[in-house]
Amino acid sequence: MPERDPKERARSFQEVACGYQPEHALREAERCLLCPDPKCIEGCPVSIDIPEFIRRITAKDYRGAYDTIAATNLLPAICGRVCPQESQCEGVCTVGESLEPVAIGRLERWVGDLALAEGWSSAPYIEPNGYRVGIVGSGPAGMACAADMAKAGCDVTVYEAFQEPGGVLKYGIPDFRLPNPVIDAEIENLRKLGVKFECNTLVGRLFTLSDMLDEMGYHAVFIGTGAGYPSMMGIPGESLNGVLSANELLTRCNLMRARDFPKYDTPLPAGKRVAVIGSGNTAMDARRVSLRLGAEKVTCIYRRSRAESPARAEELHHAEEEGIEFHWLTSPIEILGDADGGKAGNVRGMRCIRMALGEPDSSGRPRPVPMPGSEFEVATDIVVYAIGTNANPIIGQTSKLSLNKRGYIETDENLATSMAGVYAGGDIVTGAATVIEAMGAGRRAARSMKKYLGIYQEDSDSKAERLFGIPVYEHNFARLRAA
Amino acid sequence: MSNFELVKREDFSDVTYLLEVRHPMMAKAAHPGQFVIVMLHEHGERIPLTIADFDRNKGTITLVIQAVGKTTREMQQACQVGTSLYAMVGPMGIPSPISHAKKVVCVGGGLGVAPVFPQARAFKEAGAYVIGVLGFRNKSLVFWEDKFRACCDEFIVCTDDGSAGIKGLVTEGIKQAISKHTDIDEVVAIGPPIMMKGCAEATRPHNIKTMVSLNPLMVDGTGMCGGCRVKLGDKVKFACVDGPDFDGHLVDFDDLMTRLRRYTKEERMAMDHWEKNCRMQKQIESASAALASPAPASAAKR
Repeated sequence: MPERDPKERARSFQEVACGYQPEHALREAERCLLCPDPKCIEGCPVSIDIPEFIRRITAKDYRGAYDTIAATNLLPAICGRVCPQESQCEGVCTVGESLEPVAIGRLERWVGDLALAEGWSSAPYIEPNGYRVGIVGSGPAGMACAADMAKAGCDVTVYEAFQEPGGVLKYGIPDFRLPNPVIDAEIENLRKLGVKFECNTLVGRLFTLSDMLDEMGYHAVFIGTGAGYPSMMGIPGESLNGVLSANELLTRCNLMRARDFPKYDTPLPAGKRVAVIGSGNTAMDARRVSLRLGAEKVTCIYRRSRAESPARAEELHHAEEEGIEFHWLTSPIEILGDADGGKAGNVRGMRCIRMALGEPDSSGRPRPVPMPGSEFEVATDIVVYAIGTNANPIIGQTSKLSLNKRGYIETDENLATSMAGVYAGGDIVTGAATVIEAMGAGRRAARSMKKYLGIYQEDSDSKAERLFGIPVYEHNFARLRAA
Repeated sequence: MSNFELVKREDFSDVTYLLEVRHPMMAKAAHPGQFVIVMLHEHGERIPLTIADFDRNKGTITLVIQAVGKTTREMQQACQVGTSLYAMVGPMGIPSPISHAKKVVCVGGGLGVAPVFPQARAFKEAGAYVIGVLGFRNKSLVFWEDKFRACCDEFIVCTDDGSAGIKGLVTEGIKQAISKHTDIDEVVAIGPPIMMKGCAEATRPHNIKTMVSLNPLMVDGTGMCGGCRVKLGDKVKFACVDGPDFDGHLVDFDDLMTRLRRYTKEERMAMDHWEKNCRMQKQIESASAALASPAPASAAKR
């Protein structure tokens, strides 16, 4: 796939991967073996019929390819860009056993982009069923849940605390990975399904979950508020100016457009040298954003090695190409302040220690062990924490929901919470995970909610196939007709 | 929640102004001590403002704002009755705990006078004996005296220059109250960090519980960025979801004040950029006015 030159793109917020031209897509689609027993479908968290949509591309039935994807995934232009395909569909592709796996994500993205450009949407005619569903949070989990509930005929309202919908897709993932117009277009598709978005609404404080069920007339509620409350390490120097969380950096830059300061009013901490702690996707985004904001040197501080880095392979590769300096097997032990007794309170550097990999820990990854005597200093003006997040406390503070020991919402295997009619999914249940996992959780919760509302019959004996992504045993399917 | 109409504006001085915003749901949900985050327009930043009052019947909330930088000065210019804010979200933060204290001193310094008012009123309604201590730089900046008198059993005004009430800082007022009453259960202090620090130090030797409302920088106000983290002893808390009220005897005020200066340079830049644009705008307007005025005459000739 064509990509912008690393030197040039490292200073611009334009999308790095330019996407396929039709001839690229056709050539790539031809590589699919159309396995009779396709493993790729199992590798996809929402089970897209991958061989079928690829077959339709080779047959130049592009609209058909889109409808095949849209049957299970409403947001292909987003997922094709941000899914970690190497550990999902492409990781189990048969071609991948001997050659490069088929670029399923890029093909999905190409179809998704084409659909947006052509204005295709598979919005069916939906007969209202009279049920009202409230969704808290407009990120990937909330969007996926909203889409499924709307398709089942429910009157869906999504509440968002920020001034615009999209959640992490808007404030977190930068434009060079996922351009905002793509997100807006996908949200527009949800509006076409009848989903209402209410921004500037902080559920828990403006009204509570009980208010939604008792007074506001919602029959079921889904909570997809995401993770939040960034973790710090608790080392000395963390309250110095220039130390911030990746969430803060990314929100300022992406959502508040601080990169266009002072045309936009939100400022950003300026620094020539930026050190980012952590090596997940958020950390990669923070690094590459810092580079684009004009930093001369951006470093990665990660306590494990490259092999354990949880970032998406493509992002890690892009970051390396763009000139990020990597310190693998390194952990910070202290953040150092200004020479003048720390009076101005600014960061000037960080003391780090080298690590060695030991026995596997509870997560199955080798536990990093500090190597005594290996301390060294890294000069830096900005320290960004991207080492994960804790549960956001607002919903817990303002409802009777059971939380687990770490403050995340407790659910059963059907994603039902301790309050009748209230379901939850995504990062607020599992802790920080991927966009597609959150979407998967949103859809699983939607199934449970349909069951709870009684618009779901698992024992149906109809032989009809899925229609618009709704299995036949969800009886409202009979009310769906192509518009 | 798309229209945040301004229904009232009042100017207390050339830098302090009051805005009343229509938002019936928030008026219903708001409690003393909570705040909102406001955006003036699409290019704006999100700024936290304490809810100074709310009227559940009228469906409005009241904000008192001091024009100190770009956004607050732009709001001073743009926010007129009938206009709307681009965004307003809240009520945020944990409501102030209105304890069962029998005798309370409510201290407000400068702009902090506004947010301490709903607390003073709530303590009065809970049956406490309320002593109000308000501090201003001089007489011309005094506001809401009548509102406080209505809910305070005792009322002390302090001015830096002595032009109204007693001369000195609010800490003088606190000392006066403490010397007169030996049974004060709680002090609530809201104002600039240096003032709250002074209040905490004034009550520490007497071991009187002192609650302060912290005002660190904020972005989202929902607990997802940690920009507003504050130090309480050796613990780190996020003011937007764990506060904004904390025990003043535990707060590290020096840390708070250092972190408040984080964007001084950028704040100056934003201000200069805006003032330059305002000047240019004025020049364009006067130039086009000069061009436009003879126009009807020439049009008539044709």
